[in-house]
Amino acid sequence: MKLVKHIVCLLVLMMAWLPTVGAEANESQSINASEIVLEHIKDTYDWHVTEIGDRSIVINLPVIVKSSTGWHVFSTAEFAHEPDAKGYRMGPAQLAIATRGEHAGKVVELQGEKEVLPFDISITKTVAVMFINVVILLLCILLPARWYRRHKASDAAPGGFTGLVEMLVMYVEDNIIKPGVGEEGYEKYSPYLMTCFFFILVCNIMGVIPFPPGSGNVTGNIAITFFLAVCTFIVTQVSGTKHYWKDIFWPEVPLALKAFPIIPVIEFVGIFTKPFALMIRLFANMMAGHAIAVSLICIIFIVAAKAMAVMIGMSVLGIVMAVFMMLLECMVCFIQAMVFTMLSSIFIGLAREK
Amino acid sequence: MDLLMPSTGLLFWMTIVFLIALCILGKWGFPSISKMVKERKAFIDDSLRKAHEANEKLANIQKEGESILQEAREKQAAIMKEATETREAIVAKAQEKAKDEGARLINDAKAEIVTEKQQAIREIRAQVAELSVKIAERIVREKLSGDGKQMELIDKLLDEVTVDDKTSK
Repeated sequence: MKLVKHIVCLLVLMMAWLPTVGAEANESQSINASEIVLEHIKDTYDWHVTEIGDRSIVINLPVIVKSSTGWHVFSTAEFAHEPDAKGYRMGPAQLAIATRGEHAGKVVELQGEKEVLPFDISITKTVAVMFINVVILLLCILLPARWYRRHKASDAAPGGFTGLVEMLVMYVEDNIIKPGVGEEGYEKYSPYLMTCFFFILVCNIMGVIPFPPGSGNVTGNIAITFFLAVCTFIVTQVSGTKHYWKDIFWPEVPLALKAFPIIPVIEFVGIFTKPFALMIRLFANMMAGHAIAVSLICIIFIVAAKAMAVMIGMSVLGIVMAVFMMLLECMVCFIQAMVFTMLSSIFIGLAREK
Repeated sequence: MDLLMPSTGLLFWMTIVFLIALCILGKWGFPSISKMVKERKAFIDDSLRKAHEANEKLANIQKEGESILQEAREKQAAIMKEATETREAIVAKAQEKAKDEGARLINDAKAEIVTEKQQAIREIRAQVAELSVKIAERIVREKLSGDGKQMELIDKLLDEVTVDDKTSK
């Protein structure tokens, strides 16, 4: 067994070294990896699944915008496939998707030469994925919950999926929420914190799956984490006690420090940095995970045009690394959901301190 | 940079979807699960306590049973002892009674023997007297003429004999 491990390691190392051997053999074909990565991470109006030969498989999603000419609801199929000379993919009612410039990737309204951003609540890829994820989340929780409504406490404990959900729910409640928020009165906060946890967990796990209904980058989108952080911020401030506010604006520090109120300023800024850190942490972790996974797979295509030895060597390395990243991502899925919930409950707990 | 700008559309839908999910899960989802788990915990604790009590009770019952058994054994021993004593008493009594009876029988027999003996002696004496008279009659008939004088003589002799007997006794 040990020998097999050594051989595998050696082979992988040799394959990593192979590229240098045949590097000069071929001119690189232009595959813009950063574009692919960004396309995967960013929100798009249509859901580009894959390409088979020349045909690309796209799920068209509804565009909902309110421009100067009123509400418009239409499918993304109505946008032109190729951008015109100015870089616009034209659609109906002077609406177009910009591919260049300040609003690249957004639906803009063309008023003469000017680009105007309409009020845009389109069902984009991320929104669609989020809908799917929320439906999955509801099913994952409500189906087991139905079991509980139909059974008595004296019945045997459930097994299977219900048991798994129960284990997770009780783990989150007992080990994350209770120690964070505090033993008494944590019940009031547990629905919110638990919804956060399971929402993030489901979105993260679905993000690891590389094809629909997965593949979306929901928790790696700043709007989602921004919303969650704002929710935690509001809940924290609303449950703040007198003691909490006094600690911020009139902390018990030496008189000299009170004369020059640097502590209250720091504390006040701290109110906002805490949820801000929450937002950035989740966003950056999930986005980076997706970016690395896609980049590693991109290696295969970037080197595909090169010599055979290079291609095989780098492909194997890319796949090995991507598998490693995938496994790591599975762990990160849970850890990030746990960290977000834990920090949220600790912030709430700190605000409730008497 | 637009990676770091939250888009309005996504924010809008996220708000709606998340709040709906929160309401549904907060009402029908998580509370029913955690409530049930708490109830089950209470039920298990209760069952454990009850089992503990039952165990204690069982131990008590066992102890009680043992004590009853012990008592019964003691009682049994006491009864046995009493029975032995009674038996011995009865046997002793019976033996005594038998002894008494035996003694009484022997005494009776002795007394009867004495009376029988006296009667026999009396009868023998009478018979002896008669026989002696008859014998003497036959002997003396030849020699003595008169009956009166002869009988007188015999009586006188007999008395002497009996007196002799009594004094010799």
